[in-house]
Amino acid sequence: MRLSRPARGLLAAITAVVLALIYLPLLVVFVNSFSTSQNLTWPPPGFTLEWWAKAFQSDGALDAVLTSLQVALASTAVALVLGTLISLGLQRFEFFGRDAISLLVILPIALPGIVTGIALNNAFRTGLGVQLSILTLIIAHATFCIVTVFNNVIARLRRLGTSLEDASSDLGAGIWTTFRLVTFPQLRSALLAGGLLAFALSFDEIIVTTFTAGSSVKTLPLWILDNLFRPNQAPVVNVIAVVLVVVSIIPIYFAQRIAGAEKIVR
Amino acid sequence: MTGAQPAIRLTGLTKSFGSVKAVDGVDLDIGEGEFFSMLGPSGSGKTTVLRLIAGFEQPSSGTISLFGQDVTDRAPFDRDVNTVFQDYALFPHMSVLDNVAYGLRVRGVAKRARHQQARAALDTVRLGGFADRKPSQLSGGQRQRVALARATVVSPKVLLLDEPLGALDLKLREQMQVELKELQRTLGITFIFVTHDQQEALTLSDRIAVFNEGRIEQLGTPAEIYERPASPFVAAFVGTSNIFDDNISQALLGRSGVHSVRPEKISVTTENLPLVADRVAAGVLAEVIYIGSSTQLIVDLDAGSRVVVLEQNDAHRVATKNRGARVTVGWNDSDIVTLAASSLVSRP
Repeated sequence: MRLSRPARGLLAAITAVVLALIYLPLLVVFVNSFSTSQNLTWPPPGFTLEWWAKAFQSDGALDAVLTSLQVALASTAVALVLGTLISLGLQRFEFFGRDAISLLVILPIALPGIVTGIALNNAFRTGLGVQLSILTLIIAHATFCIVTVFNNVIARLRRLGTSLEDASSDLGAGIWTTFRLVTFPQLRSALLAGGLLAFALSFDEIIVTTFTAGSSVKTLPLWILDNLFRPNQAPVVNVIAVVLVVVSIIPIYFAQRIAGAEKIVR
Repeated sequence: MTGAQPAIRLTGLTKSFGSVKAVDGVDLDIGEGEFFSMLGPSGSGKTTVLRLIAGFEQPSSGTISLFGQDVTDRAPFDRDVNTVFQDYALFPHMSVLDNVAYGLRVRGVAKRARHQQARAALDTVRLGGFADRKPSQLSGGQRQRVALARATVVSPKVLLLDEPLGALDLKLREQMQVELKELQRTLGITFIFVTHDQQEALTLSDRIAVFNEGRIEQLGTPAEIYERPASPFVAAFVGTSNIFDDNISQALLGRSGVHSVRPEKISVTTENLPLVADRVAAGVLAEVIYIGSSTQLIVDLDAGSRVVVLEQNDAHRVATKNRGARVTVGWNDSDIVTLAASSLVSRP
C-alpha cells in the first residue's frame, strides 16, 4: 500500500504520540528510582543508588518477588498441561458442543478481572469452604493462563494437520508414543510461547489476585500497592516497578520471537 | 490371485461424511503380491477407501479383512499395512535415518539394529548418503524415496500408496514408476496404488479398479479396462474414446445402444481411395494435430458426429492430409465396444 507524504507524516506523528504516552511514564518511573527526592518531585534533584540498595535489602520486597515467581510458575505449569489437553481434545476430536466449550475456554481472558475475582472468592470461601491461600491464587491465575497456552497450541495443531500423527500411527505407534515422539516435538515452540505469555500474565496480575490470595500471601503487585503511598517506601517501589517491568518484558519478547510469524492472541 | 485367501477383502464397504456417501458399497478382493490400482477422478472415493484400509477412517458399514482376519475395528497401528502418503508426511524434526527407523523404534528394536536396517532400506532407494539430513533438505523425489523406505522397512504385508507420484514432475514421475514396479517385484508384497492418472495406472498395475462416485465402475486388467471399457464413464476417463450415443450408433453401426471405439482403431484415407474395414463413413477433416510420434485427426462425419482418429507417424505414412478435405474413416466390428447404457454418467 502506498500513502501520500503528508499522510505518512501524520501517521508517524500519531504513532509517536501514542508510543510516548505509553512509554514516557515508564521512563519517569525508571529515572525516579535513581532520584534523591522522596516525594517523586520532577525534575529529580540528584542521583542516588540508595533505593536500589534498600530494595534489595527489603525482606518484604524480596519475599513478594519469590511469591510472585512461585505463583506464576505453578499456574503456568497447570495451564500448560490443561491447555494442551483441551487443545488436543477440541482440535483432534469431533463431538457435540465442541464450539461451545472452545468459547468457554477462551472467555476468562475477556471477563473483567474484578468479576472473576469476586466470583472465585465466593466460590472458594462460601461455595467450597476453602481458606484463601497460595493454592487458591494459583487456581485463579490458571483460569486465564490456560487461554494463552490454548490459543498457541490449537493454532499449531490446526496448522500441523493430522498427517504426521496418521503416519506415526500407521508405522505402529500407539497414542502415547505418537504424542511423545511426534506431536509434542512439533508443539514445543508453541508451548514455550504460550507458557511465557502465561507466566507474564500471572506475574503482574493484581485484580483477581486481590480477591483470591490469602491474607498472608503477598505477590509483588500487591506489595507495591501496599507500599506506594507510604512516604518512605515510594522510591523503593519505583525500583521494584522497574524490576517488574523487566521481568514481564523478557518473556513477552521471547514469546514473540518464538512464535515468529504466528499470531499471538493474548 | 496367488494366495489361498485374498490379501485384502472389502465387503459392502460404505463411508458417509454427513449426507455425502464418499464410498458406497464397495466389494473387492485384492490378491497377495498384486500391484493393484484404484483409479478415478478426485472425489470418486478412491483415497477414502485407502484411508479405510489403513484405519485412519472408520467405515459407516461393511468390513475390511486382511488375510482372512477382520481388522475393521482395529487401530492403524494394529494393522499389517503401511502407507506412503501423498505429502510424504515425513517427521520434520527427525533426520532421514530416524524417520526410516521410526517404525522399528516403536516396535522396540534396539538402536543399533534399527539403524542398520534403516541404512539398508535407504541403500535400496539409493539414498545411502542422505541419512543425516533433515527432510527439509531433500528434493521432492528424494522425500518420496524416504517415505517408501520408511513404509517398507517394517515389512508390511500390504503397502498403500496415496498418489505418491502426484507432486513430482513428469520425467521424475516416469523414473519413479519404473522404480516402484521393481520395488514391488523385489518385495513381492501387495501394492495398492491410488491415482487419478490413467496412464500411470495402465503402466503399473496388474489390475485396476476404476472408481466413480464412491463405487467401482469397472474392475479388470489394464488391457480389459482399456480395450473393453464397461461404461461411458470408463471409456471417457481411461484414455480417449469416441462415444456413439443411440442415434449415432443406429446410423453408423446399424445397432442400438451406446458404443465406443478408440481413436487408434479407426483408419482414415482420402475420399474415394479404398479402405479395408468392416464399416466405413464419410466426413470432413476438421482438425489435424501433430503430436510427435502420432497425428491426431478430428473428423466431422456426415452422419452428424465427430470422431477423433490417431495415426502413427510411421515410415509408411505418405500423404499429408489437409484441413477441410473429404475423407473416409473405417473400423472393424471387433473394435466396437458396447457400453452399459445404464450408467450414462457425464465425465467430470
